[in-house]
Amino acid sequence: MFLLRLLLKNAFRHKLRTVLTLIGLVVAICAFGLLRTIIDAWYAGVEASSSTRLVTRSSISLTFQLPLGYAQRIRAVDGVRAISWANWFGGVYITERNFFPQFAIDPASYLALYPEYVIADAEKLAFLRDRQAAVVGRGLANKFGWRIGDTIPLRGTIYPGTWTFNLRAIYDGVDAKTDENQMFVHWSLINESVRQSTRRAADSVGVYIVGIDEPNNAALISQRIDALFANSLAETLTETEKAFQLSFVSMSEAILVAIQAVSLIIIVIIMAVMANTMTMTARERLAEYATLRALGFPPGFVVRLLYGESLLIAAIGGALGVAATLPLAAAFARAAGTLFPVFQVSALTMALQWLAALIVGSVAAAWPAWRMSRIDIVDGLRHVA
Amino acid sequence: MKRLPLAYIVRNLWLRRVTTGLTALGMALVVYVFATVLMMSEGIRATLVATGQADNVIILRKGAGAEINSAVGREQVGIIETLPGIASDALGRPLVSREPVVLINLPKRGSGKPSNVTVRGTSEAGGELRPQVRLSEGRMFRRGTSEIVAGSAVVAGFQGVGLGQTLRFAGRDWLVVGVLDAGRSGFDSELWGDSEQMLQAFRRTSFSTVVLRLANENGFDRLRQALEDDPRLALEAKPERVFYAEQSEALATFIRLLGSALAVVFSIGAVVGAMITMFAAVAARSGEIGTLRALGFRRSAVLLAFLGESLLLAVLGGALGLLAASAMQAFDISTTNFQTFAELAFRFVLTPTIAVQAMAFALAMGVVGGVIPAWRAARLEIAECLRAV
Repeated sequence: MFLLRLLLKNAFRHKLRTVLTLIGLVVAICAFGLLRTIIDAWYAGVEASSSTRLVTRSSISLTFQLPLGYAQRIRAVDGVRAISWANWFGGVYITERNFFPQFAIDPASYLALYPEYVIADAEKLAFLRDRQAAVVGRGLANKFGWRIGDTIPLRGTIYPGTWTFNLRAIYDGVDAKTDENQMFVHWSLINESVRQSTRRAADSVGVYIVGIDEPNNAALISQRIDALFANSLAETLTETEKAFQLSFVSMSEAILVAIQAVSLIIIVIIMAVMANTMTMTARERLAEYATLRALGFPPGFVVRLLYGESLLIAAIGGALGVAATLPLAAAFARAAGTLFPVFQVSALTMALQWLAALIVGSVAAAWPAWRMSRIDIVDGLRHVA
Repeated sequence: MKRLPLAYIVRNLWLRRVTTGLTALGMALVVYVFATVLMMSEGIRATLVATGQADNVIILRKGAGAEINSAVGREQVGIIETLPGIASDALGRPLVSREPVVLINLPKRGSGKPSNVTVRGTSEAGGELRPQVRLSEGRMFRRGTSEIVAGSAVVAGFQGVGLGQTLRFAGRDWLVVGVLDAGRSGFDSELWGDSEQMLQAFRRTSFSTVVLRLANENGFDRLRQALEDDPRLALEAKPERVFYAEQSEALATFIRLLGSALAVVFSIGAVVGAMITMFAAVAARSGEIGTLRALGFRRSAVLLAFLGESLLLAVLGGALGLLAASAMQAFDISTTNFQTFAELAFRFVLTPTIAVQAMAFALAMGVVGGVIPAWRAARLEIAECLRAV
């Protein structure tokens, strides 16, 4: 207890310096936490994926489509429970800046495969009945201020022309991991227009979503599906939903690696600042430490004093930083809008923030503590301030 | 009025080497992040600007935005070729290249994770339209065969792509017969093959885009007008430079914004570090400050000396950071461009503007971190200072 009081007194002897160091620490710990959360947000789609869903797409690349006829053949594969399909619509709402994902889906079967999208029964029915209907996530509806019954115009980039959809339903995510920034429309409506413009491009599907009974059989069922279409004009590639989502994340890997590297750099910056503070502290107290030694305290005591002080400051800074991260993350999520559909500070991130503070505290004290434990008592006493 | 000599400032910094070094290190890291991000953004821009040629025009379906979304039918290409103002090749044929552009998945070297690579069907005209593209190895693909040439970044970045190797996609084996050196343009990240062969293999009936050269640079407006006036063509024409600049905009802006925001947040840490150092310097040297004042140096001289010290610290940090950032120029980086959905290789490009911006950023940190301590030093009373000795 005595030691702790001494540490506190020591730490705040130079109030201004300690406060400045704390500001630096709080900023660094916050920034570290936010950057990690941004990376987590990138993986949100992966986290939200279900182990009972497979995704079948063209083996050439996602931009190639599969014939609609595959649906019946995949459904017949052993272990397949349900099937649905979706096309990337790629429409623009007013300007490119308002980007959000839109999918043309086969409504009934798709919603059955995604129980995490919770829709009121009446709204669901209204959506199913109207071929020009759209369903959007709560987040998206709030962002653009859409209400049920509104018409939403989209300018097609893949499917030419201006499309208008009637907003018939709004879904809520079953938990915080669910993406509430998507829009779904009827696949049959899009297909009808494609049939009129380019007949041979009609009845094609971007991805099939395959529902399976037993997650453990995912690999086996994937192989069965792909074997079915091997050497055909449109070969397939089936993978778990998780792997499918991961393939998107890995496309931006270079950016993710950069963000990760940068989140470590901020820790190194604050380490330098903190080490600087501790070095100066130790230099100023040279005479004091020499006196302690002369009084008979062992070298270990001085080391403990320095380490304790450094860790104490780091712990206070860490606590403030972690506490400030949550409201900051919430504000950031609001500002970023649909860019990061899911933005949550995870428990692991907070643990890592604490760990970073701890490491900064101990590394900062290392060099001055080593110096001080080796001071020559006589030299130290001679060195007045 | 007498100023304190520069040597005085330099020696003061040298006296506290460890503190100076740590503070400069903090600033250097901030400048490094700041400069690197700007270099990345500039690299993307430079790559895609180099991809477009000044007098080339690209024609896409209206509203398509990207090449892979676009479709231009055969009969439409026929009409385009008759439009006025198109340059001719040596044999008098119009310089028009009809190109299917598709994406295929290939595993990346190292991680083995798949990423999208652009495959472009083209012809002799296509090569002629892009004089920046040269063969660095092997030969060009022959018309009517399943031969392809690969961009140097694809060879470096993806598994199984190399001279003499075969790639399997769209139900065929494609032999890589040459490696392209596209002069650090976007074509370095592409595979090129024969236009008609690509159409057949991918079972397409329409091309994605049409690229043509104008007979003279001012002919664009006339061409666009002619295109718009023809009801059979629901197409839009863009100067190639403009088109590729638009393709790079989102990714470059995203990186620049994210990076600048980070650099500003990080700079708070470094500024705090500079402030701590300078406050400590002022506190430790109050006797010295008193002596200087007693000798007749004015408050402003003391203020300038301490501010100078802080600025010198910032210059040191800035130079270190910039040095580290300039070393990044040796690295190539490759990521998916959201707008084209395809892999794009680029490098960090350090321009004089970026260097000036980075140093200005460092100096700003020095000023913000140094001005309050320097102000305090200048306000100290002579008598009290001298008593502290």
